[in-house]
Amino acid sequence: MPAPEKVYFFATCLIDLMYPRAGLAGMQLIKRAGVDVIFPQDQTCCGQPAFNSGYREEALAVARAQLACFKCDIPVVVPSGSCAGMIKHHWPELFEGEADEQQALDVAGRTYELTEFLVDVLDVRLSDLGTPTRIAIHTSCSARREMGVADRIQSLLAQLDKVEVLTQDREAECCGFGGTFAVKQADIAGAMVKDKTDALRATGAERVISQDCGCLMNIGGAFEHQGDGPATQHVAEFLLERTS
Amino acid sequence: MNQTQEFHHRIDDALHNDQLRRNFRSAMSGVMARRADQFPDDDQLQALREQAQTVRANSLVRQPELLERLEQKLTANGIQVHWAESAEQANTIIHGILKGADARSVVKGKSMVSEETELNHYLEQRGIEVIESDLGEYIIQLAKEPPSHIVMPAVHKNRFEVAELFRKFHPDIPYTDDVDELTQTAREILRTRFANADAGVSGVNFAVAETGTLCLVENEGNGRLSTTAPRLHIAITGVEKVVEKLSDVPPLLEILTKSATGQPITTYFNMISRPRQPDELDGPEAVHLVLLDNGRSRIRVDEELLDTLRCIRCGACINHCPVYVQLGGHAYGTVYPGPIGIALEPQRLGLDKAGTLTSACTMCGACGEVCPVKIPLPKLINRLRAEAVNKRRTTTPLTGRGSLRKPSEATIWKLWQQLNSHPRLYRLFTLAATRLRGLTPGKLGAWTRYRSAPKPGSRSLHELARQEGFSHE
Repeated sequence: MPAPEKVYFFATCLIDLMYPRAGLAGMQLIKRAGVDVIFPQDQTCCGQPAFNSGYREEALAVARAQLACFKCDIPVVVPSGSCAGMIKHHWPELFEGEADEQQALDVAGRTYELTEFLVDVLDVRLSDLGTPTRIAIHTSCSARREMGVADRIQSLLAQLDKVEVLTQDREAECCGFGGTFAVKQADIAGAMVKDKTDALRATGAERVISQDCGCLMNIGGAFEHQGDGPATQHVAEFLLERTS
Repeated sequence: MNQTQEFHHRIDDALHNDQLRRNFRSAMSGVMARRADQFPDDDQLQALREQAQTVRANSLVRQPELLERLEQKLTANGIQVHWAESAEQANTIIHGILKGADARSVVKGKSMVSEETELNHYLEQRGIEVIESDLGEYIIQLAKEPPSHIVMPAVHKNRFEVAELFRKFHPDIPYTDDVDELTQTAREILRTRFANADAGVSGVNFAVAETGTLCLVENEGNGRLSTTAPRLHIAITGVEKVVEKLSDVPPLLEILTKSATGQPITTYFNMISRPRQPDELDGPEAVHLVLLDNGRSRIRVDEELLDTLRCIRCGACINHCPVYVQLGGHAYGTVYPGPIGIALEPQRLGLDKAGTLTSACTMCGACGEVCPVKIPLPKLINRLRAEAVNKRRTTTPLTGRGSLRKPSEATIWKLWQQLNSHPRLYRLFTLAATRLRGLTPGKLGAWTRYRSAPKPGSRSLHELARQEGFSHE
């Protein structure tokens, strides 16, 4: 697909409220590549929290409220593997048999996770302007398995020649966030994030970079609680920082 | 105590047992690495998964017809077929066969279906001596524990714990915690039992309709001994294990052993098609097959849930589950643990009995990724979560629907829906949350037991996008 003139940006509710700078960085990366970014002001949430908790009717109502925001036939870019996965893979299931099913399928069909869009569509070239640093990547399970885009964040970071990427033990293992899982099964989630933070800390990385803020909130929050650990940052913010 | 409270108690016990967690971490890491070594080429793996999925899916679609053919063929081969609707019926049938043959001692090969019916307990209560001949099963029989894994039943115990058990039950044998010596000890103990048992009971991995063949996959030779040395052999299996042709077996067998234990092939693969013939020197005089339904036909009518029955019980989903590795199998409190247990047990037992298991999943997708027959486990678990809190769907074979619905939780989701489907209200909320971020509580229930509390940004992205001049349509 050739680079489009315009794209929609879907912030995700978590980024909107908790990590707005990560979202803004994503928008700036796209804009810098010469593509206009539209941010529909009526967007809220993809519906995933309720969908994963079994409340499908509520999830459908919220997902439906997004459809009007993304009417033009241009890509929808999402700075999260998990929310992109919800739209791309679960909206078709959620809207099945509904009057607006076709609209939902249409949006799902042109939804991209941010790193996927930067690599596959924009083919961005980055030159590293930062000082040497060592980082570890935590790829979210949804970016890895549902979206199948784990290698995109790697290829973007590989373009930065002063960034050394370190690999954690059990790299593909879930950090234990899982949305409401972290609250409903708090102690299992606590044990999982303990293992994940131990593995990440052991790499000696200065920063942990991910394409999903859910994982970062979990991992970064755990580092902070433990009083020791690398900083955590969304990949969009890191890329923008290193290249401007 | 309700099912959720009981589950949390078991989780609490598991998470506080450091030895147990170390045992699982070490065992699962090993078995995951061994599996990965068997599939160096992802394209080949995906092709094999497709093939295995197709075989299993076709078998399920044609199951009634295939079962009929299986019965005809087995009967013609001299194997007696019995049908059991429920676990209780299966046990009664097996007990009846044993009694009829005046069999008082049974040597058993590994069978998860017999765990499902609690056969050992049933027979022991009726004065029949049962000994498990699979090493792992033998260990947990000594420990009086249920299996913690469907393929490696004693995986929760390390060699020192096994050595302790052997010392306790066989004080006359010199203590050793060497794995090979322990295995040798068990082998000697079990040898005499094979020779003296009146009957052997085994499971079945694949039942071939075309030829009337019962396939049994194993590593220790105990399966072969249990099914050949005693004068009577009773096999028990779930009705879904039937496949059409002998040529269906190789792809299933290959992907089963590679996925389960990372072996290209197991040490033993048994194909049982008839009892001992007049000109043969060994083998049982009589062979029976008990085909158990136990809720499977109920599941079969639902197009989506049907996928659950494709399972070939390799345990790969369990081995790769990041929750299972923290808890081990006993915490689930059901016969089948891990992802397949979360998907299967609420269907088998009812959402009101086992629906709470669906909470023990992060939706990470590791299970679905490795499943050799491509069961969409996360999708099934998500469906069960929905059915557990909602009764509205009209056609479903599930029982206990809506039993986990809590008014407080339902209200929260309704409020969440209102907030997120009214953009103005949503923007007002984020405005308040960002402006009042200084008041964000530092303690957020269970979340802050392990993490610090997240804090809203000083401006929402909606605001930043406006400030930075991004157009909104």
